[in-house]
Amino acid sequence: MNPHAPGANPAADIDLQPVAPGSERGSLVALIQDLVFTVDHKKLGLMYFGSGLLFFVVAGIMAALMRYQLAIPNHGFLEPDVFNRLFTMHGTAMVFLVGMPMIFAFANYLIPLMIGARDMAFPRLNAFGFWIFLFSGILLFFSYIAGPGLYDAGSAPDVGWFAYSPLTARAFSRGHSTDYWTISILLGGIGSIATSINILVTIFCYRCKGMTLGRMPLLVWLYIVVAFLVVIALPPLSACQIMLLLDRFLDAKFFDTQAGGDAVLWQHFFWIFGHPEVYILILPGFAIASEVIPVFSRKPIFGYPVMVAASVMIAFISLGVWAHHMFAVGMTSFGNTFFAISTFLVAIPTGIKIFNWLGTMYGGKIRLRPPMLFCIAFLFQFLIAGLTGVMLAVAPFNWQLTDSYFVVAHFHYVLIGGLLFTIFAGVYYWYPKCTGRMLDEKLGLWHFWLFTIGFHLTFFPQHIAGFLGMPRRYYTYDAGRGWDEWNLISSIGVVIQAAGILFFVYNLLHSYFKGAKAGDDPWDAWTLEWATTSPPAEYNFEKPQVVRSRRPLWDLKHPDDPDWKYE
Amino acid sequence: MRIKGLVFFARICYLPCTVNAAAAPTHDSVVKRAGAAGGWKFAARIIVAISLLASGAFAQTTIPETDPPLRPIQNMFEPLSTPALKIHETSIPVLLICAAIFCVVTTLLVFIVWKFRQRNEEDRHVEPPQVYGSSHIELAWTVIPIIITVVLILITARTIGEIQNAKIPDDALRIRVIGHQWWWEVHYLKQNENGEWVTDFIAANEIHVPVGTREEPKMTHMILESSDVIHSFWVPQLAGKTDLVPNRKNELWIEPWATGTYLGNCAEYCGTQHAKMKIRVIVEEQDVYEAWAQNQRTPPPPPPANVALGHKLFMDYACANCHTVDGTIADGVFGPDLTKLMTRRTLGSGAVDNTPENLFKWVRDPQAADMKPGCLMPDMKMLDSEVREIVAYLETLK
Repeated sequence: MNPHAPGANPAADIDLQPVAPGSERGSLVALIQDLVFTVDHKKLGLMYFGSGLLFFVVAGIMAALMRYQLAIPNHGFLEPDVFNRLFTMHGTAMVFLVGMPMIFAFANYLIPLMIGARDMAFPRLNAFGFWIFLFSGILLFFSYIAGPGLYDAGSAPDVGWFAYSPLTARAFSRGHSTDYWTISILLGGIGSIATSINILVTIFCYRCKGMTLGRMPLLVWLYIVVAFLVVIALPPLSACQIMLLLDRFLDAKFFDTQAGGDAVLWQHFFWIFGHPEVYILILPGFAIASEVIPVFSRKPIFGYPVMVAASVMIAFISLGVWAHHMFAVGMTSFGNTFFAISTFLVAIPTGIKIFNWLGTMYGGKIRLRPPMLFCIAFLFQFLIAGLTGVMLAVAPFNWQLTDSYFVVAHFHYVLIGGLLFTIFAGVYYWYPKCTGRMLDEKLGLWHFWLFTIGFHLTFFPQHIAGFLGMPRRYYTYDAGRGWDEWNLISSIGVVIQAAGILFFVYNLLHSYFKGAKAGDDPWDAWTLEWATTSPPAEYNFEKPQVVRSRRPLWDLKHPDDPDWKYE
Repeated sequence: MRIKGLVFFARICYLPCTVNAAAAPTHDSVVKRAGAAGGWKFAARIIVAISLLASGAFAQTTIPETDPPLRPIQNMFEPLSTPALKIHETSIPVLLICAAIFCVVTTLLVFIVWKFRQRNEEDRHVEPPQVYGSSHIELAWTVIPIIITVVLILITARTIGEIQNAKIPDDALRIRVIGHQWWWEVHYLKQNENGEWVTDFIAANEIHVPVGTREEPKMTHMILESSDVIHSFWVPQLAGKTDLVPNRKNELWIEPWATGTYLGNCAEYCGTQHAKMKIRVIVEEQDVYEAWAQNQRTPPPPPPANVALGHKLFMDYACANCHTVDGTIADGVFGPDLTKLMTRRTLGSGAVDNTPENLFKWVRDPQAADMKPGCLMPDMKMLDSEVREIVAYLETLK
């Protein structure tokens, strides 16, 4: 019960601070004040999630518009420029304004709880990271209004989410749309780096007593890897954005090919960020799966040290594979071979992880509740994404597949089938912790089945359209090239996906008010966040926690057979 | 690859929708070749034909009977040229390995979920045996992927070398392809007395090359360049794609062994009309190719008197600033060379068929929705009568 509710405790109503009219506790103004001024890691986590969800819906609607345009050949629904802006904004928003805040949402909310800390190491830096992210997102979308600038040319950016130069040069991108894009990315990068440094310091310095590195939940371990990758990979991105700004405003010649600049230079900078970025986004997915799968299989994670080692290995390898995005730009045969080999190497640790998850489930008692269903679907879809990734790594095959719809299908299997499904799993799993109420199971099943079916219907046919030579980023195509039916199926799938998302959003709102009471530990789980109340108090734990194994709550529940005996 | 039922379903579904009639240069030939195909294929094509008729997209006939067959469906698993074949041969073992892994892991997943699912509520209170890992098993599933990876590396490295380091035979046809926003400039090269490769004649958007056989291949070697942003040359049945990067010279070669009009596309996003930067590679018999090339080399005669007005308008308006017509004062290089315009099957780099009506619409306003909105040729705001004169002149350029 809320102790500040009127009448509950008259003494609590007495406040020494002057209260502006309309800002009484519980009012909308008070809520906004609370959100703006807060430095609490849990509130910031939820704010990351909320704004990420908002951008997700906007960028998802953009995707739906594009799929409507492509449902039939020679469809006149969207003009070419409008379509080009849509896919640029969709891609940029999904990566930088949905993927990044979503992974930071889970990091913020869970890491201090899981390591028994009271907050992040630098709470105000944490709030700074969030607000600068939100500002960068608003700035990006503001380009729709302000992008024309003085030249009355352009609107939102239309250069694609990886904005290959020299298309971004002033000769080819007039007006200010590209400037909005690049400044937005630059700012978002600052926020991401700040948050990642915060994550690293928190994990290294604020673990509770007894929590050695080897006893941390896998999620925490994976976020160390992610945060390191962010700190290493984001600076090249910021560097090339600054170079682009210099090119556009001060006539520097980094990428200006007509003055001797180099178009491929941009690609190297971008992908040395861009490929680690894929792992920055997918490793948190692995992290969530590594928490959910053990709890719902009723077994500890299979091969914890190997799982950690595999994650670190993935991170290392991912720093040396970037040019596999560039097999078609005309590298030497040596360069192509090198990057093909380094890319194949990623398959090894990734394979280990998939098998270890299966090993965790093997011999368990699998509870097929919504979080677990999403994780099982994740395993299946990530398997497909991994295998299409292997195909793309075969450089000669890549010369056919790259920049076709096959690639579009591949990375949507990674980012939706991999990341988004685990995010859903995470939401169903931790929603009770955040709100004190369970998400509705029936609505959850509707969400799961609709979204899964819609997802495969949308993206599987795109593999085949790619095999038949359909390039990506086409606002229209001719009938009779074998692409029509695949595009139509793909567009139908979107409707089903959207229905799934509606169930999800409705469930979030409905269960907040009407969901069943959750209690502190509804899943009978083992990590520290379940040792405190739901939702946790602002100080997280009443007493400092002490752990003796990777599953402190297991030890508590099974004093006769605790984990620490075996570790 | 094509599922007939789905084709039917697809057609039925979009019959009532609007389709730009002019922007569909390929349908007629799909229909025309239907007779030659087998039973099921024939049925599917009939369905395609009927629905296209109904949707109004079936407008003009443009490919003369003498042209090589249109190959609109560019299935990368039906290669008709050496590099595409090598890629195809590489992809098969890769696909088989991937399919095997997929089957094994999916079976395992389904089996595990089925076998170890929690069956009833009593089950809930007894925890299963707690297993923390097994170094033997983990070692096994580390070693197996390593072996598979080594196999993949060997396959890949070999094909990369075979395609990228191929020797250019002396009898290869050499061309330069220059990407523009949003069309292709094609220089056919010849060797001058100093042994340098210089331009023989210039074409645009439609690349004619001679056919070879699998035993005696005929290579066409392309130097790829760009005048503005990055483009990518992709005709899946002929070769993988290679980018056209400004300030660089990339290479691509093909050795087709089947005649045909191969449709390809720009595959690197290059701005507004990326989608209508289409490629046609016309692979034809050596003598047909020679005749075509000879015609391209021949300077056009002076314009006949009945199109003198059109000729004058063309030179007086801005047309001549961007387009070249050999033997006239028009020597612009921003747009395609029009010297042999009427030998081309399409306008606007494959945007529409090259028919008299389309040529008229194109010259009047290339920015119209059914032409190529956003292309760099502006609407010149000419009177229809002027456009008609200019079109009459253009129609003599063959």
